[in-house]
Amino acid sequence: MRALALVALVVVAGCGTAEPTTGGQVTVFAAASLTETFTRLGEEFESANPGVDVVVNFGGSSGLAQQIGQGAPADVFASASPANMEQVVDGGGTAAEPVTFARNRLEIAVPAGNPAGITGLADFAHADARIALCAEQVPCGAAAKRAFEAAGVTPRPDTLEQDVKAVLTKVRLGEVDAGLVYRTDVRSAAGRVEGLAFPEADRAVNDYPIAPLAKARNAAGARAFVDFVRSDRGRAVLAEAGFDAP
Amino acid sequence: MTTTRRRTGGRLPVALVVPAVVGLAFLLVPLVGLLVRAPWGTLPTRLLSPSVGEALRLSLVCASLATVVCLVLGVPLAWLLARGDVPGRGVLRALVTVPLVLPPVVGGVALLFVLGRRGLVGQYLDAWFGVSLPFTTAGVVLAEAFVAMPFLVISVEGALRAADPRYEEAAATLGASRWLAFRRVTLPSILPGVVAGTVLCWARALGEFGATITFAGNFPGETTTMPLAVYLALETDPDAAIVLSVVLLLVSVGVLAALRDRWISGPS
Repeated sequence: MRALALVALVVVAGCGTAEPTTGGQVTVFAAASLTETFTRLGEEFESANPGVDVVVNFGGSSGLAQQIGQGAPADVFASASPANMEQVVDGGGTAAEPVTFARNRLEIAVPAGNPAGITGLADFAHADARIALCAEQVPCGAAAKRAFEAAGVTPRPDTLEQDVKAVLTKVRLGEVDAGLVYRTDVRSAAGRVEGLAFPEADRAVNDYPIAPLAKARNAAGARAFVDFVRSDRGRAVLAEAGFDAP
Repeated sequence: MTTTRRRTGGRLPVALVVPAVVGLAFLLVPLVGLLVRAPWGTLPTRLLSPSVGEALRLSLVCASLATVVCLVLGVPLAWLLARGDVPGRGVLRALVTVPLVLPPVVGGVALLFVLGRRGLVGQYLDAWFGVSLPFTTAGVVLAEAFVAMPFLVISVEGALRAADPRYEEAAATLGASRWLAFRRVTLPSILPGVVAGTVLCWARALGEFGATITFAGNFPGETTTMPLAVYLALETDPDAAIVLSVVLLLVSVGVLAALRDRWISGPS
């Protein structure tokens, strides 16, 4: 029985075997909010370095940090929150000190035409306004909490979504009157949602740290990619998407 | 019911036993992993937190209501597919299984397109009756029923097609209407299939995540079922997520085992 269980384990483990290391591959684990920018930066990095192949795995920062902690084959980690980067650092997972490469600020997102006439954070306290926020467990929810505290407003959300893109979807479909998302999300959905900047957003800015990882199979490639993200070109792409410079 | 085990002679064939045991291990080893990593020391205090009780209660209520919806609509649908002379039955049967292959999140978005505040039907529900389903407990029930109903329909339809239609015909020759024959002859004969389908349907509804969070959102006490609570706990507190998962597992295995004893292998 034990032998059979072992066989089963081997069979199951065999299914998950990673592909062999290719010298020129850089595997980047990046926060979901970096999807547009890092896809583009990866392509530009590839054309600037012939023979190099950038593979980006996008996901929630906390999930990515857990995957790295469990030994996922990543060369670079770009997180949407310092706390998740800290998790990786504490596990001895980074090859260099993480650096902040971008900042993101919250904006109020409303459906095109702003049917409910939302003007500011104070409207999030109205019982008859339909509101979507991120759950406090994810970075955009933590940032929203800081913004509401700064504004002295107690929001009355109808739903606490699992990530910022889910909030954006609810706004885009008109299922809610307003939501709090990042400015970069409003830009990515230009035309279908409208963004309203609000003063308290200054108090809830999210830092995005990046670091090459200790267990990188392509250490040189990892460092080069981090440098590229922090270069003038990298900053230009990030700024275009709505990120603030660090 | 076929619960009597008969030895058909000879040893169990290795060609069947080996893959069966591997399959069993494949299904159970992840469960063992969960139990090994569970923070048993802090388990009691975590279990007594009100948010766990609230999510568990909501999960059980919604999954049970969704199962009732599936039974009321699904059994007749299965009957139609198995017995009704509907044109294009093969296509219909394939369409019924769509929620099985559709990623649940997409199912949730599809429900929003139809029943959302600006959806095809939802806009009229909102304008005429002031009814809005997203972000409500009713929305959770609908999302779960959408995803779980195919399990019931497929089981019941299978049972219907295996059942001998001549009994219904005999009932008809004795003057029973089709409705009476269905209730008094067909339904009792397919009961094991209905029960098996109900159990599958309930279990699927209990574990539903994607369609629920997309269509009904997530708000404690109203739409936060156990799977949603597990997912969010995983973001910051994996230990809490494991506790919630273990609770969900124990409750569902307990209920299913109890039902099985009572309905499936019990004397008929």
